[in-house]
Amino acid sequence: MKGTLAGVLARPWIWSFIGALAVWLAAITFTGGTGAGGMLTAALSLAVFTVVVGVGQMFVITLGPGNVDLSLPANIGLASAVAMTVMAGDDQRIAFGLLAALACGAAIGTANYLLIWALRIPPIIATLSASFVIQSIDISYGRGLQIKPPPGFADFTNIQLFGIPLLAVLTVLFMIGAHVMLQRTIFGRSVLAIGQNMRAARLAGIAVNRVRFATYVLCGTLGGINGALLAGYFRGANVDIGNEYLLASIAVVVIGGTSVAGGKANIPGLFGAALFLVLLLTMLNTFGVSAGVRLLLTGLIIVAVITAAGGTKRER
Amino acid sequence: MASLSVPDRRGLPLIGAPNVPRLLRALLPALSLALVLIGIAWLNPRAISYFGFTLMLNLAVPIALATIAQMFVIAGNDLDLSIGAFVGFVGCVTATWLRDVPLLGIVTLLGCIAVYAALGALIHLRNLPSIVVTLGMSFVWQGLAVLMLPKPGGKAPDWLLEIMRLKPPLVPFPILAAVVIAAVAYVGLMRTSYGAILRGSGGNALAISRAGWSLLKAKMTLFACAGLFGVLSGLALIGTTTSADANIGNGYTMLSIAGVILGGGEFIGGRVSPIGAVIGALTLALAASPLLTFMRIPPDWQVAANGAILIVVLAARVLISRKDAQP
Repeated sequence: MKGTLAGVLARPWIWSFIGALAVWLAAITFTGGTGAGGMLTAALSLAVFTVVVGVGQMFVITLGPGNVDLSLPANIGLASAVAMTVMAGDDQRIAFGLLAALACGAAIGTANYLLIWALRIPPIIATLSASFVIQSIDISYGRGLQIKPPPGFADFTNIQLFGIPLLAVLTVLFMIGAHVMLQRTIFGRSVLAIGQNMRAARLAGIAVNRVRFATYVLCGTLGGINGALLAGYFRGANVDIGNEYLLASIAVVVIGGTSVAGGKANIPGLFGAALFLVLLLTMLNTFGVSAGVRLLLTGLIIVAVITAAGGTKRER
Repeated sequence: MASLSVPDRRGLPLIGAPNVPRLLRALLPALSLALVLIGIAWLNPRAISYFGFTLMLNLAVPIALATIAQMFVIAGNDLDLSIGAFVGFVGCVTATWLRDVPLLGIVTLLGCIAVYAALGALIHLRNLPSIVVTLGMSFVWQGLAVLMLPKPGGKAPDWLLEIMRLKPPLVPFPILAAVVIAAVAYVGLMRTSYGAILRGSGGNALAISRAGWSLLKAKMTLFACAGLFGVLSGLALIGTTTSADANIGNGYTMLSIAGVILGGGEFIGGRVSPIGAVIGALTLALAASPLLTFMRIPPDWQVAANGAILIVVLAARVLISRKDAQP
């Protein structure tokens, strides 16, 4: 049994769950045990959104150093506006709205990769330039947009089964799917191979450009669906709805044990890291600290966790 | 195939056979600035005057300083996503402590530079991704700024207002300031021997460390320089706006990165250009608002204009580099 325990502890992802548990315990100790379950339910609901974009960001980061999608916040904002416009508050049109959000995200992913490929610039700059343009489109298209989500869709994002949000259950299924895709399909193995050594991957006959293209489209699409879900959950689209997901998506990937140098991804840890981040914010809220202190502590804790989790060992 | 048209690349470019693509590439930032200026002159000739430039380039000085700060970080292959929040925090300190309790203000600002140097050390020692660390730090600076100045307010110290209101003869103050900033950064990073080491730490860290230089010290120096220019940017910003707000610097992170890249900086390999970065910052400052205002384009599209300029310049760069026939 001892060997099993050590084996579990040696897995990097276990630490993000331990961190989440510790934060939750700290929060309920403070409240004296009241609201412990409610806190978990709320955390699970909010963690869903971080996980969805986190998985997309993880695939992109796994492609290797320099690969990161900075256009996610703008993407989420635009997709939320598009989804709400297409749904137009009508239950009959939910499917169209979701499809529109997916298409919007996929189009942004395509545009991102076109810039990377055609201009041969680092993805950070490409996605940054794209996000400038997307943000403006969103501001001029989505400002003053006051369309409520269809009641059916808003309810769907808030359904709970025995205190567990339905979206969280679906997200666990989604993560299992993503895990299988990463570890057991040609696409996932190609992403890992490219992250480990792009040149070797190309020489081994992997269609590097096609796989990178698909990865950016995947990330964009997940951003799009996240925008639609967020608009449903928060009852309306908003230009700033995706702002916090830039830090969140990158932070959960790193805290969850995925290598920033690429080639090594970790799906279970991502979920733990998302719970950790959300519970951290909940804890600071229960402590009743001011907005400034909350920002300050969030930043400090993230820097501390990253430092403790450590970077990869220096190669060569 | 390409050897017919390209002169001997092993030696220095021969006199009389200049490397045209490389020259074009170096001139690209200046060309884009010229294009924006021509656009403004065509739309509104009256803007091209001493008074017009003073007005239009009002906010270009803090942007140029923030861009130089970002350039130091990029020279070491890192990226600072916290510079905007940092400039905002410095602004809040400037408009409160630096005016009321100057000594405390000065110590705080010096402490900020020390924090930046410490961040450089942390990133180097633990081999951390700078994106994540600085993204976390952006929350720290933002939180401190909100604590310091929960509501917009404060007032710039008088000496700072005096400096920013200078009216030198013939050349408008912002242009003069931009030239001085570019010259200082250029001499420091491109013309001193330690500047070469700093750029080398981004270009080939292994070689620099084998040659006996401390990479830790280089990284700390680069980050301390970034902190110093970030502080200067915050000072210049408050000197221009006269009062502060916790969110005042938020757009600067993206503007500064765009400025560095626009000015011919490469994202990896320690290839940056201080003069280009300042020109890039001026281009962005002019294109973002005066040009659009004269074209009667609503302010919604200002951010998109920055993105579009970035994409166009990068595309031009690719076209030029293709002719360069690099291996």
